[in-house]
Amino acid sequence: MNWLSPFQYDFMLAALGVGAVVGIVCAVLSCFLVLKGWSLMGDAISHAVLPGIVLAHVAGVPLPIGAFCSGLFCAVSTGFIKSHSRVKEDTVMGVVFTGLFALGLVLFTKVESDQHLNHILFGSLLGIPRAQIIQTGVIGAGTLLVTLALRRDLLLFCFDPAHARSIGLNTARLNYLLLSLVALSIVAALQAVGIILVVAMLVTPGCFAYLLTDRFGRMLWLAAGSAVGSCLGGVYVSFFINGSTGACIVLLQSTCFLLALMFAPKRGLLASRWRRQAALVEGVPTGKRG
Amino acid sequence: MNPAPTNSTVAAGLRNEVLVSDVTVSYNNGTVAVYDATFRLQAGSICALVGVNGSGKSTLFKTIMGFLKPAQGSVTIGGETIASAQRLNWVAYVPQSEEVDWSFPVSVWDVVMMGRYGYMSFLRIPGAADRRLVEASLRRVEMWDFRERQIGELSGGQKKRVFLARALAQQGRVILLDEPFTGVDVKTEAAIVELLRELRAAGNIMLVSTHNLGSVPEFCDQTVIINRTVLAAGPTVEVFTEQNLARAFGGVLRHFRFDESTIQKHDGRTVTVLTDDERPLVFGKDGHVEYSQRNGREEVVKQRAEQEDDE
Repeated sequence: MNWLSPFQYDFMLAALGVGAVVGIVCAVLSCFLVLKGWSLMGDAISHAVLPGIVLAHVAGVPLPIGAFCSGLFCAVSTGFIKSHSRVKEDTVMGVVFTGLFALGLVLFTKVESDQHLNHILFGSLLGIPRAQIIQTGVIGAGTLLVTLALRRDLLLFCFDPAHARSIGLNTARLNYLLLSLVALSIVAALQAVGIILVVAMLVTPGCFAYLLTDRFGRMLWLAAGSAVGSCLGGVYVSFFINGSTGACIVLLQSTCFLLALMFAPKRGLLASRWRRQAALVEGVPTGKRG
Repeated sequence: MNPAPTNSTVAAGLRNEVLVSDVTVSYNNGTVAVYDATFRLQAGSICALVGVNGSGKSTLFKTIMGFLKPAQGSVTIGGETIASAQRLNWVAYVPQSEEVDWSFPVSVWDVVMMGRYGYMSFLRIPGAADRRLVEASLRRVEMWDFRERQIGELSGGQKKRVFLARALAQQGRVILLDEPFTGVDVKTEAAIVELLRELRAAGNIMLVSTHNLGSVPEFCDQTVIINRTVLAAGPTVEVFTEQNLARAFGGVLRHFRFDESTIQKHDGRTVTVLTDDERPLVFGKDGHVEYSQRNGREEVVKQRAEQEDDE
């Protein structure tokens, strides 16, 4: 077996490239989602794009536009129902996104389409057509550019919306901007990992980086690094084991997270265990003195 | 992005004031939280906003910050609407400690720099002047040595000082403080009070929302007592009476009446009040507020001595 053989195929090179782009975009947004506490929102939007894809196909509109609109509809309707009823937000979200997902599934079986449901649900990075590569690249690059340019405002919105408002920032606009960026990154990532697993791309890298650092700048780099590494590694591994590419990527990201959870220098489980023991050892003489 | 000083801001500099007139705020479900609230704060004052939970205290606070729109009436700062006052960076806000996510990956320096965001372009890239002001603000609250710390790695008092430094860096004319002494050690409390007095001398207006009654007469020259509407507003000496507070707090306050207590000589000197929690609020024989320090209150002491002599 030749370790370099994957690089001889054009489809593998395309998959590696698209994987890296999608990985970076989702990783950068994941940092904001983890800090804002919107992880479930990523899951909700990703499931809710399905009816949009089918309806866009029927209407002859580009699929990403349908996906984006239906994802955003999920987020906006969740907010509306929450503020106009006594039901809590996570419950509303659970009801809305599963409803939209089910609607998408029913629509899909009733509509003649050249799309494979499996590809939408689980992604097909290795069979990505040329037009899709360009589409993913453009959406991904645009999303990344806007997110990075406005990262300070978005971070302030996540950290202290009251202060953001008191200096005259429009927090409602920032709220919808962040939701839209999440929806766009999901649209870009669908091809790579599919509806079901995209939430992992939008949560795990940020979570991994959050365990490793106390600085937001470093958090962005660590998240992006681990995501790109996992995407490239996942594509590479899936070539040899002939397994689902999306699943391989997500599995590598989960591994990164588990390693960080165990071995992170300050926030890891082992580190806090050692700190506790050290405190106990030091604590004995202090206790006697006291 | 930076608003140039216009005629109106120059004029407002001369009459820096907060004007709350006939404000009524109601929520979506129809409940009226505050009605017909009216009061006025002039430049160079520290004002306490006092009331029980559910009195509409935080509603009024949020309305002055522009988070809630009054159904009737208006709030203006220096003659400007809240929205334009915010764009001019006139309103600074020091949040309650419970509202902050202390595990957030930002440093002390980052938080104080957020006070300068309103002066920067939409990319929020700090300039030399911004850095200078952040440094000066951090030094003023003695947190310069902690600038690299993640905010969760600070004590309660240090945390509070970081957000005060942010308000300083913002150079707001009106500073709103929500429960500034909760979780703060006595030393920091004294330092905060000292800082607020300096800001008052510089012509700023501080509005302090607090349930810590004992601290109010110690450093607030103005008091607004609220229970759904403004019960009393004005100089603390006039407003902060046992009668007004009883109306605002009803049965909520714990009373410790010296003349009903087991203390024998309740006329003064031998009485000691100890408390491990918040500053005790002590009313004297004639129902006036007693202060913990005679220093700086010579006028009051003299006046009261004279009154007693008259009797």
